[in-house]
Amino acid sequence: MCLAIPSKIIKIKDNMATIDVDGVQREASLLLLENPKVGDYVIVHAGFAINKINEEHALESLKLLREAAAVIFGDQKEGIDSD
Amino acid sequence: MAIKHLEEYRDPQIAQKIIKRIKAASLKQIRLMEVCGTHTMSIFKSGIRQLLPETISLLSGPGCPVCVTAQNEIDAFIALSRVEDVIITTFGDLIKVPGTDSSLQTERAGGRDIRIVYSTFDALEIAKKNPKKNVVFLGVGFETTAPTIAASILAAKEMNLGNYFVISTHKLVPPALVALMATREVNIDGFLLPGHVSVVIGTKAYQPFFKQYQSPCAIAGFEPLDILQAILILVEQIETGAPQLTNSYRRAVTFEGNVKAQKIMQDVFETVDVKWRGIGTIPESGLKIRKEFAAFDAQKEFAIIVSESKEPKGCVCGEILTGIKNPTECPLYQKACTPMNPVGPCMVSSEGTCAAYYRYYSI
Ligand code: SF4
Repeated sequence: MCLAIPSKIIKIKDNMATIDVDGVQREASLLLLENPKVGDYVIVHAGFAINKINEEHALESLKLLREAAAVIFGDQKEGIDSD
Repeated sequence: MAIKHLEEYRDPQIAQKIIKRIKAASLKQIRLMEVCGTHTMSIFKSGIRQLLPETISLLSGPGCPVCVTAQNEIDAFIALSRVEDVIITTFGDLIKVPGTDSSLQTERAGGRDIRIVYSTFDALEIAKKNPKKNVVFLGVGFETTAPTIAASILAAKEMNLGNYFVISTHKLVPPALVALMATREVNIDGFLLPGHVSVVIGTKAYQPFFKQYQSPCAIAGFEPLDILQAILILVEQIETGAPQLTNSYRRAVTFEGNVKAQKIMQDVFETVDVKWRGIGTIPESGLKIRKEFAAFDAQKEFAIIVSESKEPKGCVCGEILTGIKNPTECPLYQKACTPMNPVGPCMVSSEGTCAAYYRYYSI
């Protein structure tokens, strides 16, 4: 039931968004989202956007993943993203 | 163009390297549970199971909503579909789940009005278009789905829709984790926590569980690298004996979670003890509609009473949902029970463990 693919908001009208999922357009309710904006990437579940993707953390996670992968080749930086 | 926030998490070269690290780190035999059905599917689809070292067993947990729905709840849905002038609206997975003596699919073939919808908004539309009928939405799911259903009740109230009802059988993930740890036969060394439930409830919702059991926990996204990274985190925590509650899906999950969704959910629902298939009754693990919204509560409106519910004979879904057995240990698996002709819910749902085994792991 989880649509795990991040979708981009391309239009907002009365709490409903048109979202783009890999070129396919769908509708999603924005009732559960604080301050949605056109251009935001959101995760949609059962027709509702349930959150935005945090760009900064997305980039940081990718960096950590690459570092985690690099450790095996002698780069000893710890690549774990923990709270 | 590559889809943003997706391709990056499927990079096979990075995956290879993380698997090497997992192999190097994993010394003892461990059992990790992926709680969420969407993780189960993703793990099978991406072939992660076959790539992991033999030291690591992955168990699928109680995170397939249809699978943990108790038999008496399924029977209540079926009974509701037989009420005159009722239109049942539901997500697709539920239709084929066998109840004690019927299924929604059988009822539909017999002429009952049962419609599959994509979201609760479709159900509201149906209610608007059919003012002479009573439209009931079957509320099944966890903290990800519950706010969407709560929002539909608020919307129905605002629209003054007198013919929209919800039967709430929602369940909550953190109390289920506690129940799993408290079950004697269950033996889990670490948890891969659900991504989108955590989007809503936040890392903080697992703190009481973590404090009590000190079991390694990692919240994970659904892409192969997300899952591998979380497995690596768990292996390292187990090997070093330093359990932590880790959020490794930070691009989507915050400490506080989606506060707006939590509020909507709490405005409409209150917690209640409910029965889970395979686990039994777990205190405060379900959501019922608050008194203020009784006008939308199908349980109140239709007073459905289900006489004795019986789980399908021979089906060991319950033990599969708690990681005690795997589908190949069920005598019916692939014989009497297939996705075309499912005996239990774990074979029906696309997120069910038996369905995942059948599809990706046929022996
Ligand atoms: S294979 Fe079928 S009968 Fe066996 S546990 Fe799974 S769903 Fe139940």
